[in-house]
Amino acid sequence: MALAIEVKRLRKSFGALHALCGVDLEIEAGEFFALLGPNGAGKTTLINIIAGLTLATSGSVSVMGHDVVLDYRQARRMLGVVPQELVYDPFFTVRETLTIQSGYYGLKNNEAWIEEILHQLDLVNKADANMRALSGGMKRRVLVAQSLVHKPPVIVLDEPTAGVDVELRQGLWRFIRQLNRDGHTIVLTTHYLDEAEALCNRVAMLKQGHIVALDSIRNLISSVSTCSVRLRLSPDILPAVLQPLMSEREEGFHILTLNGYSQIEDVLAALREEKTCILEMEILQPDLEEVFVTITGSAGVTRAAAFAS
Amino acid sequence: MTGFLTLLYKELLRFWKVGFQTVFAPMVSTLLYLMIFSHVLEAQVEAFPGVAYTAFLIPGLVMMAVLQNAFANSSSSLIQSKITGNLVFVLLSPLSYREIFFAYVLASVVRGLAVGLGVYLVTVGFFDVAVASFPWVFLFAFMGSALLGAIGIIAGIWADKFDQLAAFQNFVILPLTFLSGVFYSLHSLPPFWQQLSHLNPFFYMIDGFRYGFFNASDISPYISLGIVVVCFVAVSWVTLRMLKSGYKIRH
Repeated sequence: MALAIEVKRLRKSFGALHALCGVDLEIEAGEFFALLGPNGAGKTTLINIIAGLTLATSGSVSVMGHDVVLDYRQARRMLGVVPQELVYDPFFTVRETLTIQSGYYGLKNNEAWIEEILHQLDLVNKADANMRALSGGMKRRVLVAQSLVHKPPVIVLDEPTAGVDVELRQGLWRFIRQLNRDGHTIVLTTHYLDEAEALCNRVAMLKQGHIVALDSIRNLISSVSTCSVRLRLSPDILPAVLQPLMSEREEGFHILTLNGYSQIEDVLAALREEKTCILEMEILQPDLEEVFVTITGSAGVTRAAAFAS
Repeated sequence: MTGFLTLLYKELLRFWKVGFQTVFAPMVSTLLYLMIFSHVLEAQVEAFPGVAYTAFLIPGLVMMAVLQNAFANSSSSLIQSKITGNLVFVLLSPLSYREIFFAYVLASVVRGLAVGLGVYLVTVGFFDVAVASFPWVFLFAFMGSALLGAIGIIAGIWADKFDQLAAFQNFVILPLTFLSGVFYSLHSLPPFWQQLSHLNPFFYMIDGFRYGFFNASDISPYISLGIVVVCFVAVSWVTLRMLKSGYKIRH
């Protein structure tokens, strides 16, 4: 299958600061892909290089097979980018903004598609309002609309839901999911891990300019082998042998962290030994957030080799 | 071509939407200069034989308005787009650096010519200033505004803040225009200052433009035109290099 985005040995330094330290990444056409990482990990730098807004120190990037530097015109036609900042041109109305944006891509008579985007993003009522008069959420929608005027096969969204209310966020994701179903490749960065978990097939985790994990969400979650059990006991005393496993104590509950499901058997055996009854038991599965914390936390770069292989 | 035309259209629409500030206001301030200087100096000076001071002053002021507004258009558009961040929409698009260059320069030319024409048409109502050679007038107005439009791009890209741009305008553009012979003929200056003025490219633009009105000038309009064209080519080369390398706009 064709690669939507191909990043090879990409490095970027700003003076002494190494924003990206040799990133390799392949995103296939049709994927719904997330870039995750703490602030300053290099997500936006990576996106800006893909978009041609930043020039790499070394390495190469191509979009749908077009190098973003050597063949930048084709590469940019293939790409729609929603910037992280809420930027707009205060001189124009929403419709003018979209018509002008179409023109930049060489498109005349794009009205029908613009009308469709306005409708999809619920902007029809605001089409002739000046950009200045729009609320933050509305401006965000216009940014999304602008990235779509030329029907790009690859759409990159840099934290599209930062500071956006719940209703708009859901509407936005519905629309972007639809675009993904229609064959567009979606790449996003987000701080909301639940969003990445709900939407994406694959994620890459960045930390200090390195990709520390790159896999499907299912694999990533199962790679973190720990799970937890939440127990309510009678009597409410945890047997001594289980004390080392305890990670948290809630009102009437003991939470134990296990190295895997097989350990549940040992826990039950220990409880039986002490004649302790289980009143309630819940098995807590790790979510992406835990994977994220584990990988971007202490483990850091040393684990990267294992994941990248 | 569509991309280039769209950026040009956007740049024209931008200043047209605030035309009161970008076209009408400079017309008013230029006319104020004209009223004051012609009142004070009319009786005293005759720059060219047989040409009254006010008649001499008008082409200078028209050209000054053309040049300053051409500079203001590209420089203020770029710095505003940089600071508000919406330059990103141009940078994300497949527009080439040449298309960006020519769109900004041409928009500056249109703004410069619009203001210049406005000032001229109003003065014609009060004073008797005939154009001797329209081609010369147009040629110098066009080349001058193109040159200042290109310089405006450099200033707009270079400046990180509005006060840096204001400094460029106040310490470079304004002295060069004021000391270029807008208000006086170079022949009225002491020899040292005459020599110095010949190093000022703005002098050739104003002098050549004035030739189009009176068929008289301090030096030959062909030489002036040659110098203006050379300056335009040199400044354009620098501007295109800046745009191509992404200086200050693609980090």
